[in-house]
Order: sequence, then structure tokens, then C-alpha cells
Amino acid sequence: MANSQEFVSRRIHSLLGLVPIGLFLLVHLVANYSATRGAEAFNSTVTFMESLPILIVLEFVFIYIPLLFHAIYGIYIAFQAKSNVGNFGYLRNHLFLWQRISGIITLIFVAWHVWQTRIQIAMGTEFNYDLMASILSNPAMVVFYVIGVLAAVFHFSNGIWSFLVHWGITVGPRSQRLASYFTLVIFVVVSFIGIRAITAFIQ
Amino acid sequence: MADKLVHLIITRQDTPDSTPYKEEFKVPYRPNMNVISALMEIQRNPVNAQGQKTKPVIWESNCLEEVCGACSMVINGKPRQACSALVDKLEQPIRIEPMSTFPVQRDLSVDRSRMFDALKRVKAWIPIDGTYDLGPGPRMPEVDRQWAYELSKCMTCGVCLEACPNVNEKSPFIGPFAISQVRLFNQHPTGAMNKHERLEALMGEGGIAECGNSQNCVQACPKGIPLTTSIAHMNKETNKYALKRFFFS
Ligand code: SF4
Ligand code: FES
Repeated sequence: MANSQEFVSRRIHSLLGLVPIGLFLLVHLVANYSATRGAEAFNSTVTFMESLPILIVLEFVFIYIPLLFHAIYGIYIAFQAKSNVGNFGYLRNHLFLWQRISGIITLIFVAWHVWQTRIQIAMGTEFNYDLMASILSNPAMVVFYVIGVLAAVFHFSNGIWSFLVHWGITVGPRSQRLASYFTLVIFVVVSFIGIRAITAFIQ
Repeated sequence: MADKLVHLIITRQDTPDSTPYKEEFKVPYRPNMNVISALMEIQRNPVNAQGQKTKPVIWESNCLEEVCGACSMVINGKPRQACSALVDKLEQPIRIEPMSTFPVQRDLSVDRSRMFDALKRVKAWIPIDGTYDLGPGPRMPEVDRQWAYELSKCMTCGVCLEACPNVNEKSPFIGPFAISQVRLFNQHPTGAMNKHERLEALMGEGGIAECGNSQNCVQACPKGIPLTTSIAHMNKETNKYALKRFFFS
């Protein structure tokens, strides 16, 4: 049993990426999207989220701990690969490389984003529409947020594709190709939701 | 036509530890030449493009019909068999290098031991030895035989390892071919009796979990083996086995 540690870690890494992290990403972006209906609507979403019982426990169990594991183990996986898209320029090989690049970008973005929002709240700042609007009044921040969201959504969508293979759900080439189209649609739709939410904070 | 030349740039290495260097050759062209016959020209007349006498280039080959896997090398950036690499279909100068995944012995000859070790690790055989005659084994359904035959075409050539971004010095990955071989031997009605041993091996260090789905292997395999299908199938099998082992034993 001891020698399958790596196997088990990889499978957990794959599972956590979808549940809860991927699920959290969706909830988060959809919640942000309420900003498109104005500051009022966004603030009431925030109030609702903050009213959830045992919020801090939920955050640790469903977000911070899985995310940390996924991130740290992911860095190890990313730097183990020796990319060769130069000689093997196939689509899947490019996506393989971008899965690793987008993971690192997402990690940097999330660290910064947590510092700007969650940690500030923990230190006493009140979180509302205006806080985000002031962060996004800086055009450089808008660019950074757009890149961060696109990287996260790409990593999530392409991660679903890999999840389906790692768990033996899409086995043959046909089902894997269908999964490619399916995850492409997810990428487009979720990116739209995410970016539309960012622009809702720009006044 | 008689003085048409084939231009080769070969990455050479004199001993396993010495530094590689490039040497250029111009050998007389003949119709329907392949890379092996170009190398044989150098063997016959070991003179480089500068007209200096040099050591003949070393390579490995056996079958000369793409079934033994011995002559794999990197030709114009792609790992493939030299015996089926036709000069007429290659862009010149033809760049020839040894496969970088394996330790070079000399020039184009590499040591593929790690592949044979991987086959031993996953027990890629069917144990039939006993102290008495066990009689004939169960028959294999024809539908399974047909696809299993495709998997059995693997010639341990190393191309899928060379193409894989996750097979390198930082990773212990045994490579795509070994995973496909487990699928082959686990499908065999007699081989299936030792299924779990091979699954355990695939779940061990450097096993199936190291696959990162770049899917280069299936594009590169000269025998057209559905490696990614085998890998996804074995993902399912190892997951099932791991869950069963966790909950029921
Ligand atoms: S699976 Fe294909 S590429 Fe890999 S060793 Fe076998 S024949 Fe060569
Ligand atoms: S010599 Fe056997 S594959 Fe080329």
C-alpha cells in the first residue's frame, strides 16, 4: 500500500481540482456576476454569503486546505514536465503545457487576490462593491484580474478534460474529442461570466 | 544523377560519458534509399563532408522492416525508425540524433534497458510454468483478440518515451508502452489470473499516475498503438482496484 502514495496523491489532486475547488470557482464567479445588476445586488449577495453558518470552517474545509494541497502538489507536477511543443506541436501537447502555465498564473493571481480581499476583511476592512470598484479603478489591476480569471477558467475547463481521462470516464478517442468540445464551451461561457463580472466594477 | 548526394548532419558521441558533437556527411544518392542505407555508405567509406577520414558511425538495427524497434533515432526532430525513414521523403540536410531519453552508448546507439526493466516491473508476460502440465488455457473471444493483437505490435522501440514530456530525468515514469502492455496481458484469459499484480505495479512509483495527458505518444507510435485509450482504460482499472482494495481488504 505504501508504494502507491504517489498514485493516491495524484488522484486526490485531480478530484480536489473539480470538487470542491472547481465548484467554488463557479459559485464565486456566478456570485460576482450579480454585480452586473448594480452595487445593491452585489452587496446583498455579499451579505448572504457572510451570513452562512460556520463560514470560517466552510472556508477552511472547502477552500483553503484543498486549494493549498492542489497548488503545492501542482507546482511539483508542473516542474516535473519537460515541455517539447517545438518538436511535437499537437493540440493536446500545447494544452498540456498551458495547463501548467495557467496553473502557475492562477496561483499567483489567487494569492494576490486573497491578500487584497479576504485578508483585508480579516484585518477589519468592510467588504462591499466599493472595495472592488476601487481595486479595479486601476487599469493595470483590470488587466491582471482579466488574465487571472482567464487562467483560472482555462485551468478549470482543461482540468475537467483531464479529470475525465484520469478517472477512466472518457476512454476512447471519440469520447475524448467530445469532451474537448464540451470543455471548450465551458471555457467560453465561464470566461464570459467572469469577465463580465469584472467589467461591472469599472465605473 | 550519378553525382547526386545525400547531406547528413549526425550528432555523434564517442563514449557514454564524452561530449556529443556534430559531424556532416555527403553520401552518394541511390533511388529508394533509407537512413540505414545512408549510414551504411558512411560505414563503407568513413569520410566526412570536409573530406577527412573519420570513425564510422555506429547504430543499431535488425529487422529492417520496422518490427524490431532497434533502429529508433531522432530524424529531423522526430523520433522514428531509421529503416522506414526514406531519404526521398526527408528534408535535407537530414539531421540525425540519438534519442535523448536514453543513455547513449556510442553515436546513435542507445541503451533501452529502462524499457525492459519497466516490462519486468509490470510483469508483462503470462505465467504458465508449473510442476505439471496445466492443459490448455481458456480461449480468448475473437472480438478481444482483434484489438489485443494491435497492442501486441509494440516493439519496445522507445519512440513513445522520447515523445513524452513526462519521461525525463526528473521523473520516474515508466512510459506509455508499459501501461498498454498491462492492458494487453490483463485482457488475456490466462494473463488475467495475475491481473492484480500488474495493477499494483502500475499504481507504484513511476506508474500510471505520472501520465499528464499530452497525448504525444499516440501521435508518435510507429505501430499506431492506441496508447491513450490503453492509458485511460488502465486509469479506470487501477481506480476500481484501488477503491476495492481500500474498502474491502
Ligand atoms: S508503444 Fe509504440 S512507440 Fe511505444 S515502444 Fe511500443 S511501438 Fe514504440
Ligand atoms: S531495424 Fe528493426 S525496426 Fe528498424
